[in-house]
Parts: sequence; structure tokens; C-alpha cells
Amino acid sequence: MSLFERPPLGAVGDAVPHESADLHVTGQALYTDDLGVRLQGLLHAWPLQAPHAHARLLKLDTAPALNVPGVVRVLSAADVPGVNDAGVKHDEPLFPTEVMFYGHAVCWVLADSADAARLGAEAIQAEYEVLPAVLTIAEAVAAESFQGSQPTLRRGDVSLGFEQAAHIFEGEFEFGGQEHFYLETNAALAYTDESGQMFIQSSTQHPTETQEIVAHVLGLTSSQVTVQCLRMGGGFGGKEMQPHGFAAIAALGATLTGRPVRLRLNRTQDLTMTGKRHPFHARWKVGFDESGGLTALQATLSSDGGWSLDLSEPVLARALCHIDNAYFIPHIEVLGRICKTNKTSQTAFRGFGGPQGMLVIEDILGRCAPLLGLEAADLRQRNFYAPGEATPYGQPVRHAERLQGVWQTLLQKSEFAARQAEIRTFNASNPHTKRGLAITPVKFGISFNFTAYNQAGALVHVYKDGSVLINHGGTEMGQGLHTKMIQVAATALGVPLKCVRLAPTRTDKVPNTSATAASSGADLNGGAIKDACDQIKERLAAVAAGALGVHPNDVRFENGRVYPLGHPDQGMDFAKLVHDAYHLRTQLWAAGYYRTPGLHWDRAAMQGEPFKYFSYGASVSEVEVDGFTGAYRLLRADLLHDVGDSLSPLIDIGQVEGGFVQGAGWLTLEELRWDTSNGPHRGRLATQSASTYKLPSFSEMPETFNVALLEQATEDGVVYGSKAVGEPPLMLAISVREALRQAAAAFGPSGRPQQLASPATPEAVFWALEEARQVRGEVVAADD
Amino acid sequence: MSNSHALTLTINGQSRSAENVRPHTTLLNWLRDQGLTGCKEGCAEGECGACAVLVARPDEQGGTRLESVNACLVLMGSLAGQEVVTAEGLGRPGALHPVQHELAVRGGSQCGYCTPGFVVSMAAEYYRPERAAGDAHHGPNGFDIHALSGNLCRCTGYRPIQDAAYALEAPPLSDGLAQRRSQTPPTPQPTHLSTPDGDFHRPGTLAEAVELLAVHPDAKLLAGGTDWGVEVNLRHARAGVTIAVDGLPELRTLTLTDQFIELGAGLNLSELERRLGHRVPLLREWFPHFASRLIRNSATLGGNLGTASPIGDSPPVLLALEASVVLAGPQGEREVALAEYFTGYRQTVRQPGELIRAVRIPLPLAPITGFYKIAKRRFDDISSVASAIALELEGGAVKRIRIGLGGVAATPIRGLKAEAALTGQVWNEKNVRLAAKLLGTEGTPLDDHRASRAYRAAMLEQTLLKFFFERTNQEVLG
Repeated sequence: MSLFERPPLGAVGDAVPHESADLHVTGQALYTDDLGVRLQGLLHAWPLQAPHAHARLLKLDTAPALNVPGVVRVLSAADVPGVNDAGVKHDEPLFPTEVMFYGHAVCWVLADSADAARLGAEAIQAEYEVLPAVLTIAEAVAAESFQGSQPTLRRGDVSLGFEQAAHIFEGEFEFGGQEHFYLETNAALAYTDESGQMFIQSSTQHPTETQEIVAHVLGLTSSQVTVQCLRMGGGFGGKEMQPHGFAAIAALGATLTGRPVRLRLNRTQDLTMTGKRHPFHARWKVGFDESGGLTALQATLSSDGGWSLDLSEPVLARALCHIDNAYFIPHIEVLGRICKTNKTSQTAFRGFGGPQGMLVIEDILGRCAPLLGLEAADLRQRNFYAPGEATPYGQPVRHAERLQGVWQTLLQKSEFAARQAEIRTFNASNPHTKRGLAITPVKFGISFNFTAYNQAGALVHVYKDGSVLINHGGTEMGQGLHTKMIQVAATALGVPLKCVRLAPTRTDKVPNTSATAASSGADLNGGAIKDACDQIKERLAAVAAGALGVHPNDVRFENGRVYPLGHPDQGMDFAKLVHDAYHLRTQLWAAGYYRTPGLHWDRAAMQGEPFKYFSYGASVSEVEVDGFTGAYRLLRADLLHDVGDSLSPLIDIGQVEGGFVQGAGWLTLEELRWDTSNGPHRGRLATQSASTYKLPSFSEMPETFNVALLEQATEDGVVYGSKAVGEPPLMLAISVREALRQAAAAFGPSGRPQQLASPATPEAVFWALEEARQVRGEVVAADD
Repeated sequence: MSNSHALTLTINGQSRSAENVRPHTTLLNWLRDQGLTGCKEGCAEGECGACAVLVARPDEQGGTRLESVNACLVLMGSLAGQEVVTAEGLGRPGALHPVQHELAVRGGSQCGYCTPGFVVSMAAEYYRPERAAGDAHHGPNGFDIHALSGNLCRCTGYRPIQDAAYALEAPPLSDGLAQRRSQTPPTPQPTHLSTPDGDFHRPGTLAEAVELLAVHPDAKLLAGGTDWGVEVNLRHARAGVTIAVDGLPELRTLTLTDQFIELGAGLNLSELERRLGHRVPLLREWFPHFASRLIRNSATLGGNLGTASPIGDSPPVLLALEASVVLAGPQGEREVALAEYFTGYRQTVRQPGELIRAVRIPLPLAPITGFYKIAKRRFDDISSVASAIALELEGGAVKRIRIGLGGVAATPIRGLKAEAALTGQVWNEKNVRLAAKLLGTEGTPLDDHRASRAYRAAMLEQTLLKFFFERTNQEVLG
């Protein structure tokens, strides 16, 4: 059977709860920082954070810290036996001599208690020479403070495209980043284990890279360091690169003191020290033909990368590769560049640049539709990719017809036209309250842009009693990967779910893993697990064939029974077969491996086929805006999303809903504010706690929330016909912002482009509708 | 009285001795040190609810209520003789509590980190005795979804959690915690912890508290702890002497007379909300906007006025209600109008040695009121501006209007210019618009991460217009 085909019976496709749900709800699920109480002699690490956005560290006198009761050691650059670097680009010194952002940790104190470590850090004497700091994209552009490559995505000839245009518009759009705000802050726990190896429990999406960074900081080989990740309390991309340095600090402390070291950032440390979603600035010029068809797009995207490169290059590449979203743009030229600023080093965040690219084109369409005399929904739909068309980077848009299918289905299911008419009536009769309705599409490419990452390994053990233990290289951050992997293994081996246990992710079981990122966890690790299971099953089938007197191809494995095709009554239990196979000296375990076929990508030319396939979806949002305050409610959201044939519908629905609400948070509520004044705290993050950085809570959930998965959506070439789900639904939230634009515009005369800041906080919406109201006032005055 | 560094409390039905307790040790940290790591730290400032636990509290009928609070804001010294239930105490794998079961099977947990806190907040609502089907503002089973507004989840988008909440039935009669409700509650236990890090007192009477305060005029007065706990956790504030006053019987009274309603300064806001019912419509409108249920289960009016924050949520409403503060000190009591209580940024007329015993709201109340909290998030956010309006009309003209404002100056203030401009005038759009312009010039609003100066000023103006159009326009025109 090929990778994507499903047996008639199997756990794949069942709506099962998260494999750890019972542990979650009883408080028994363990996270990295829960493990410390089990260890004797535990030390706690606390950073000394510099109070400048940019400064030279002139002096660091750590001696006073050692006078604080309980303080055991201070870690600084001189202690590093290996390489003083926490990143993969070699631009992130673990202990800096040049402070690059406000809150940059210059050294770490180890003590018997967290309180003592903190007091120790406060006792340290540090002297700085303050240097000029670049904080905003505008400042960086003016100072030409850029880092990394400056790719251009190009197809056709934009000047020709503008010549063909009946309408040309230009504009600018700057929008904010987003804090991951995983409920579990970054944490690591390190000790030298009984075999003498460095063992690290880390809340990391990328255990292999954490292992590599720890090894190079300690001057060890990778084989001397093991990293384990039990589970994370959320990741969202924020634990792809950021955990490495913290793990290295804990490991360095454990090496130097011989005691276990716990490092857990408190919320403010996590907010001020770790990277976030990249804010972007876009300058654009767009051309449309007479009927609203896009003819050309020329744009410059400037991302705010923060102080070091981190993942800013691939994030930018993905932004460029998603500026088309669902639309065919014949002539296009988009330049990308990464600003270097004195802020946290911005990093991966669910969507990984995709949301930023898509937001630019959706903002353009939302603004331009009234100027073209079109409904925004119509303008969007008429520009959809048609089957046979390719993206600007040369990848054919496979299953482009799904865009129209999803769109039409959702228009009907959400009763879009009828509600649009109702809203017109409502708005005409309510001067102080307006409603808005919008529909937006999503097309999102699945696979790592970095081709080498598209591989995975797994280890599957079948024990003599028929029980199954699986290991794979992916990490669990709440997305339900482990649940899906258990379903894949149970289906592949034809055993009940309860026969399969999953062991925690660790680098000494499955080596050289890729980050659990790019939504690819289930595709890659599922492929590897299925490969391992298929190997074992093939060996078992040979044994069973002998016992049952049939050809191995005619042996069926189903729900713990093994039987000849067509004769379920004649078989034997899986456990019995396994027992017999062992005695016949059959290898009952296997290492599985998977690499995504058919990918190629020329990073310099920005051409190729970087994605295995595209995920599609669309969403309809309806909002109500208060004209006095700009406050709003999300009255209803209807989502339809393509996950192929779902591996695990309860999990996938959860990903779609959660991604949507998180995306709505980014676009409406969550606002990162840095002190950009020239005062003494220039560069300080002003929103550095849960009381000032607000996540969506219950009150932001859509009051009516209809979520569905696209039916009969088999994706051939992917494990059991499924598609990735982690990131794409986040971008469904763009319809919330577009609905707010519609509602704000309804306070003014029709036919005018409505701008809206992002995030569209109540204040931003208020200023947008004030502008609309003022234009209406002028129109009325002129008519008088 | 508990002494020295140790106290006894009940955790998940078992009596536990807490040794070497420091005055600033939080319940969260203590539980985690005991290995009860289901209780999580997500923010350490009462914003995320990941550390929620149930505490047993007296109800109004002599029985016990199970209420959820943020363990990160509870100091151990407050807990002598008290009963605490954590998610671990509600059920275990294989024997899930109904709340745990509904969350688990409906996909209510993804990463699971916030989940024990949600379990606890949902359990509090599960056991809420007033919960009944048919309440229009709640789920079909009477579940008040706002009971979860202090719990943040970054994964699910909340829908499955709401579904789980609305699927809960009434607790069966055999349920131990349900039975616990009809039994006597634990009472506040006078406590004195004396440690190298400072002293923690929980006096038994107001007189004892005043005496202690006379000896330690700089002592930190602790009521619900929802502000002090944040200072302790985030800014590492430490007090040489802490005096917990929220359990004092004299601060826990609710008195109704013909002239005033007197609210004990030590009653938490949930108690006030429940006990006042519909008596003060402005307060009823206001309560849900004060932080979250988790916070309201601890926070007190006395604490909110004691910290004297310019963005405190209670002053605007209490100013509009023309409330006064009853201060108790060594010389007895005195009553100060709230409008004269605040003297500067976090400064008040309260003298060292005095504490807030009660808040008095004079009667009769103005008949038309409105409360407007301007914030980024609809619930459980700190206001950038808050405005409360109380209006009495006579023959279409303004007999009396009081406007309380927060977030526009170093102290909460009254919108005196607009009040003066409207008093005696016809209540119509023209006059209200003129007054709104004046209101927009009140105070000295700041530009900060919550809002711009211009938006704050605009909101002062707009809230009066909103009040006019939404609360009075029909009545006046109709």
C-alpha cells in the first residue's frame, strides 16, 4: 500500500482526544520545570539583564554576588570551554561584550534558590558605555542597518504589467509583531547523568539543534550530549531557536558545579529576552485591469529582524513566497530586506512570514476594492489562481480548484449574501453602531523552505508481548503530534490504539532531527513511523504467511488480529504472531526514515518547488463596532479548512480554531510596544507582562463559531492522505481584520479606501472610523 | 495562634504542616515545592489563571463555598487553618472528576499547561450553589462563562472549553466536595509568623489590627493581596511587617440603612456582587469589568482604594456614587468623602496607623447610571480610561450629575467642568455635546502602551455621548 492509502479499519481518522488529555486535566502531565523537585542539590539560574538597548560592557565585577548567601557561582564568558555562541549563525554570543538589546543577559548567577540567585544578580557591578540604538524599521532603513541577504521575488515585467493596468494604486503599510506567549516560559534542566553524559531536559521544538549548541558551548561532541523534550506548554515557533542558549547556560552551570541546574525564565524575562513574530513594513504599487484583475505588483518588504539573524532569512523568504496568497499576479517584483535593530532577535512564529506576506496583499485588496467599485469579496475571488497556473516562484498551484470549491461552499454555508444585505440594512438604521462582514482565502505552502529539513526518523519497537513503543524526532507542544503518531503506528501495524505507547523525544533515540516546525511534524514523522511499521509488518507477514498457509501479500493486520484476506475468523492475535516471530528469530523493531520527495529550491533566484503541496481554506467573519469607542465584538466566524483526509479530526479542529483565535489576537489585540523615546529607557519593552500584553481571552472568542474541515480531500503522497494543519489556519483570521475595515468604512461614505492600523485595537478602529465619519461630514457639508 | 515559621493547612483533604514558611512565600511556590506541580506559573501576576486553586470560604448561610483564586497571589501566612484543593485533588487518570472528563474528551486541552487552572475555575462554577439552568446570561446549565475570564489558553481558541463547561450537570449527592458545602467553613485563624525575612500577622480583631499598626506604622496592610502579590512576585517587593486584615470581622459587614449602604472594606468583590444583588445598579454593571472572577474572589474595595492607583477600577464608580471612606485608627473612626481622599499619585489622606474599614454609599441613588471602561480587551484588562456617570433629571433638566474618571490624571478625579456645565441645563444633544467637549479637557492624560493621549481625551468625550444616546435619549425624547 502506498503512503497515502488507508486500510478499511484503523485508528487513523478517529476523533480521539489528545494522548495526554487525562494527564493534562489532572495536573499530572510533567513539563520541564516540574522535574526539578525530583533532584537533590538543585541550583537555580538567574540572568543579569542589561538596562540599555545598545552598549559596550566595560566592566563586570561579579565578586559581590558571591557574598550573597546561597549564591554558588556566576557564569560569564571566561567560563565557556567551547564556543561562546548560542546560535547557528554565529552571531549570538552566549555572553556578550556588546549589549544588543534592552534586557540582554550579560551573565548568569547560580544559587540554592531563585531568590538568592536574583539577589546575587542585583549585587553584580556592571558598567556600560551607552551606544546609539536603532529601534524602528524607519530608523533602520534611514541608517541602512540591514542584515542577511536581500532576496527579490520576480516574474514577468512589472513595468509591462503597469502599462496594461487600467488602475494603479500605491501605498504603505506597517504592522506589528506578536509575542508567542506560550503559557510555559522557556525552561531547561541540566545535569551530568550516571553515565557521564550531559543530559538536558529542555522545552525545545528542536532538540537536535539544542544538543548541537550545548555541545559546541561545552566543547563536546554531539554524542556526549542528550536532549530530551517531554512536552512543551506551547511553542508556536518560539521554541525553535530560542531555547538553545538557555539550555547551554544550564548545561554549563551543571558542568562547572557538578550539580543539577534549573533555568526557567519568568514571564517578564521571557518577554524581554526572546524573539517574536517579525513586524513588517511594506511599500507597494499595484495595477488592476478594467475588471479588477491584478496585472502587476511591485513591493518592498522590510522586516524587523532584531539584533541577530536567527531565522529572519527563511521567514522573509516565506513572506515573499506568500505575498501572492491565493491570487495570480502575472507581473511581480518584490524586494525583501531584514532590518537590524536593537530589539529581541525576532524568530519563527506560526506561519513563519507567511502571515506577513499574505497580510500585505489582503490589505491591498481590502483598500483598493472600493476604488475599483467592487465588493472586496468579488475582487478577491476574481483573482484566484486557476488550475494550471504557477506561483511567482515557479511552482504549479496543485489543486487550485480547491480555492473556488472552498470559497463557494463557505459563501453558501455562511449565508454570506443574505447577511451582507442584512448588514446594509442594520448599518443604515444605526448611526452609532456598524457591522462588517468579510471573507478571505488562505493558500499556504507546506514543507520547510530549507530543503534539508524535510526529513525525519523514527524508531519503532514491538516487544515480545505484542506491545508497541514508538519514538520519533518530533516534539509535542500541544498540537497533538504524538496523538497522531500513535494513530499512525496503530493503523500501520493493525493494532488497537491502547497497544501503542509513545516515549519522549530524545536525541539519543532518533538523531539528527529537524525542528518540529513548518506544520510538517505529522507529514515527516508520520512518514518515518509508517516506514518503520511497514518494515516490521513485512517481516511479520512472512511469519504469518507460513503459519496461515497464504501468500504474505494476503495477510491482513487489523485491530490486533492477523488473518488471511477474506477470512477474519481464521487468524491469530497480533501478540501470538509476535511471540512466534521472535522464536523464529525475526527482528521486531525497525528504524524508519522519510524524506519529502520532489522538492527543489534555488534560494538566490527565489525559484523552484519548495513546497510539497498547498493547504487551502477560507473564513467569514462578522463584527460589530461601537462608534463611540472603537470597541468591537466578533459576532460570528465560519471557517472551512483543508487538512486533506484528517488523521485526527478532534486534534485538527482544535488546530484550526486555535490558530484562528491566535491570528485574530495578532491582528486585533496583541500589541508590542517598545520605548522609542530618547529617554533613559530607550529600547525597553513596555508591554513586558501579562497585564500589559493582552492575549485573546474568552471574550474574544467568536460568539458563533462554525468550523469545518474540507471533505473528501485526500492528499496523495502524504501519510494516510492527510495534510499539515499547524500554521495555515492562523491566516484565516485576516477576515476579522477585513470585517473591521468594512465596519469602520460604514461610518463614512461608500467608495473610499479605508485604512486600518494593525493590530486593529479599539483605538485603531476608533481612529479609522473617525476618519470615515469626518469624510462623511465633509460630504454632507459640501452637499449643503 | 500559629507561631514562628510553621502553620497547618489542609491540601486536597489531607492536613499538611508547612514548615519554614516565609512571609513572602506564595501558595503557588509552596505547592510546587511539595511536588504538586499541577499548579503552574504562567505570569505570576494573576492574569493567566494557570495556578488557580479552590479555597473553602464561608457562605452567607453558615456553610462553605468553594472559590477559585490565583495561588500566585496568595501568601502562605494567610492560609493557617484553611482548606485548598488543587487539580490533583479533584481526580486522577482513571478516576476523572466530571470537569476533567468533559475537558479531556472534548479537546479542551492542547498543550495542557493552562489546563489544571481551567479545571479549577470550572470546578468552582460546577459547585456554585446558585448555578441553575435557564439563567439567560449563562450556559444552558447555568454555567457563567465569565467565571473563566481569568484563565488564558493560547492553544484552543476556547470553544471546546466552553462546550465542556456547558455540558456539566449538577454534582451528584455523593460528591465529597458538594457535601463539603453544607458543612462549617474554616475560619480565619489568627497567625503570627516571625522569620528572618520579616513578620506576618493575621490579627483576630480590628482593635488588635489597630494596635499592631500603631507599633508598626510602616507595615504593609494586606487584604486580598491581588496588588501586593504582584509587587512581591514581579517587582520583588518585601515588607518587614505584613498585617493581613481581610479576615477581620469588622471589615466584613454589609450594612443597609435609610441614609447609606456601607460595604465592609474586607469583603471580596464577588461577595459584594452576590450580596448587593440589584441594589446598586452602577456597581452591578461595574463588577464584571473588574479584572476576572479569580481576582474578584480575592480583591477587596479596601485594597483597591488603599493602593490608590490612578487606574484603579473602583474610584470612578464610587466617585460617581459620591461615596465616602470610613477610616479606623487609634482615635476611632472618621469618614472622608472619596473626592477628598486622593491627594496625589498613590497618595491619600489615610494616616499611618489608619486602615480603611468600610465604604459608604449615600442614598438615594441617582436613577440613571453608566460605566464605561476603555481597554484593549473587553474583559480582564486594565483600563486606559474609565468613566462612570450618575444622573438625576427633573422635568427634562439635569438636577444632579456626577462623573467619576480614572486614568486621566495622577489620581481618580471628577469631571467637574462638565458636571457644572450640565447642572440645571436641559438634557439634550446640544448641551451634552458641549459638556462632552469640556469633559475631553479634564485631567492630563498620558501617552503610553495602553493608549495615546488623544484617544484617552476622545474617550472622555465619547463616553458621555454614549451615555446620552444609549442610556437617556429614548427616555428624554420618548
